[in-house]
Amino acid sequence: MSADAGPGAVPAAERAAMESFVPSPATVKPAGAPPRSQDIATETAGDITVDNPRMCARGVDVFYAEKQAIVDVSLDIGQNEVLAMIGPSGCGKSTFLRCLNRMNDIIDVCRVTGRIELDGEDIYDRNVDVVQLRARVGMVFQKPNPFPKSIYDNVAYGPRIHGLASGRAELDDIVQSSLERAGLWSEVKDRLGESGTSLSGGQQQRLCIARAIAVSPEVILMDEPCSALDPIATARIEELIDELRRNYTIAIVTHSMQQAARVSQRTAYFHLGKLIEVGETNQIFTNPRHNLTEDYITGRFG
Amino acid sequence: MSSLTLIIILLAFTAFAFHLGKRRSLGVATRAGGVRKLHSLPSYYGTLTALWCGVPALIVLGLWLSFETTIITWLVVAELPPELRGLPEEELGLLLNDIKNLVSGNVVASEVDATMERAAEHYRKLQGISSAALAVVAISLATAGVGNGWRMIRPGLRARNHVERAVMAFLIISSLVAIFTTIGIVLSVLFEAIRFFGHVPFTAFMFGLEWSPQTAIREDQVGSSGAFGAVPLFAGTLLISAIAMTIAAPIGLFAAVYLAEYADARVRAVAKPLLEILAGIPTVVYGFFAALTVAPVIRNAGESMGLSVSSESALAAGFVMGLMLIPFISSLSDDVINAVPQSLREGSYGLGATKSETIRQVILPAALPGIVGGLLLAISRAIGETMIVVMAAGLTARLTANPLDAVSTVTVQIVTLLVGDQEFDSPKTLAAFALGLMLFVVTLFLNVIALHVVRKYREQYD
Repeated sequence: MSADAGPGAVPAAERAAMESFVPSPATVKPAGAPPRSQDIATETAGDITVDNPRMCARGVDVFYAEKQAIVDVSLDIGQNEVLAMIGPSGCGKSTFLRCLNRMNDIIDVCRVTGRIELDGEDIYDRNVDVVQLRARVGMVFQKPNPFPKSIYDNVAYGPRIHGLASGRAELDDIVQSSLERAGLWSEVKDRLGESGTSLSGGQQQRLCIARAIAVSPEVILMDEPCSALDPIATARIEELIDELRRNYTIAIVTHSMQQAARVSQRTAYFHLGKLIEVGETNQIFTNPRHNLTEDYITGRFG
Repeated sequence: MSSLTLIIILLAFTAFAFHLGKRRSLGVATRAGGVRKLHSLPSYYGTLTALWCGVPALIVLGLWLSFETTIITWLVVAELPPELRGLPEEELGLLLNDIKNLVSGNVVASEVDATMERAAEHYRKLQGISSAALAVVAISLATAGVGNGWRMIRPGLRARNHVERAVMAFLIISSLVAIFTTIGIVLSVLFEAIRFFGHVPFTAFMFGLEWSPQTAIREDQVGSSGAFGAVPLFAGTLLISAIAMTIAAPIGLFAAVYLAEYADARVRAVAKPLLEILAGIPTVVYGFFAALTVAPVIRNAGESMGLSVSSESALAAGFVMGLMLIPFISSLSDDVINAVPQSLREGSYGLGATKSETIRQVILPAALPGIVGGLLLAISRAIGETMIVVMAAGLTARLTANPLDAVSTVTVQIVTLLVGDQEFDSPKTLAAFALGLMLFVVTLFLNVIALHVVRKYREQYD
């Protein structure tokens, strides 16, 4: 980890704490060491760290009952970056995403081990309130899932439950600015009272994004946000993601490699629950280091 | 040949026709160059032959049996001596009953004379002819059907289309049975109710404040004015239903929320069947419970607080009826809550909502139409419930809002009006039909609203 003090740099003490476990031999192998033959795929190609990480995952394993869905994944998500996670179906990329705001807690049989930090704090710590964590790490889902409420109430839902607005006027402001940032304001400003489910699919997904940013999260997780949308709606969401990057850290799971290439700065390739390779998006798509990554992005597999 | 034997023979014939048709189609197919040359699968040809064999014969059998008695009776009457034929309708009916009893060897009310003996003999003979003729006709129809099938089966015969049309006809008939039964019930109640309104004006029934259906049998009888104001009954029904719903709606709903959202799989596996056992208890048993356990407890509790409580009270009946409705509401609401898509829950949790915020603000509003529908259905059950009220709320039709008084409901009055020994065209008995009609209208109205609410406000989840 280099020591340059960028705007998002971590305080020295925390960085030291982080460094104390980052280079653990199980996750990052010293350069030049021969690969162990039996579990070559656990060795992640490329650099899992970034200079100014917002979230750091180290040695994360996820089990659904007896079945292991994720094996020893370590990955940083940097400040103001879009991290794309790609890979064939069932490779664990969505599972990993859902670990980042503990959505897997809802599933009874799911067990997560390892360490995931948000700004240096272990989010699986006993003292962390999952409700507050999810307010800081928002989520947009694969299928648009607006609540059966008015457009206004959909966006105001989060600010209301977290008490973010002290009065009606302030709430109005939050709703308007969230809808504006999600690029939906001009389309719905005259019908805020209509049901959120009456919008088109692309509008619904932008409403869900507005709903997520209304609680001012630090990180936004997107689980295949465009998979249910047509190309035009997809293009709007992608533009939106690019704009949102200025204020938020974004992790996006996508099945579309073109989308990953268009919206992200870094890309992580998952395969059978393992993180195979991570690196600059440009490098992953032009010059992958791992042959599994190469097979996938060239369409020979998956 | 008895008609049961005939039906069994026809069914056997039909089964035989199925195999024959199937074999025939296979034979035809082999000559034409394989089963692939057939338009439909061989079993469709079999089914079609079976239909040709069985359906006409069974229809004739049904029609024959339903008109047989009428026609035979008519023929027997035509043969009676003229002085008997000239009897008034009722006496002729009695005579015919005697003849039929004589035929079947039952006890006969009047003395048996030669004329009756002759008539009975004639009746027996006609019956014999009829059943023999029926057997011949039915079996020849069945045979003709099989022959028709044998002749008609060719590779080009669209057996599947015919069979599927026959299936559709069968389905239509089944639904018509249900519809016509409803219409029949409504009409029978309606005509009797119209007769009642010939005795008692509609407004006096709908708006009268006093219900005392005892009519005078003799002129000089005392206290039998016969007042048919139904308001106290509707008030009593409303009071008991309201008490029942105050208990059942919250408890049932909370139980459903717990079961659907909080309970883990093991608790659910035990608790849900237990709740449903509650729904399986016969209402008469709830009635014991209300009259023998709940009512005394309420009376003692009321007396210890210095209230006068009658031993049969609206509160006791309403309370137990509420218990009866809990599983009904919880089971329906549980299904509705489970039908709310998981994606809405995740969306809410993903915004940092707690479980209870999610339930209150997302899940219940999304499930509301279904819950309202369930509540309305529960109300119509409460209104129609009889047994608990008979046993625990008494028979006194009193216009009161005090739940500690004895009251009576529409259904209870229907029961008491019809189990009396009054003649059937007195206003007292006919009043039962007017009450039944009102009850029917109210519950129908509630059900229509329930269906409408459920349909209109159901969110379109895919």
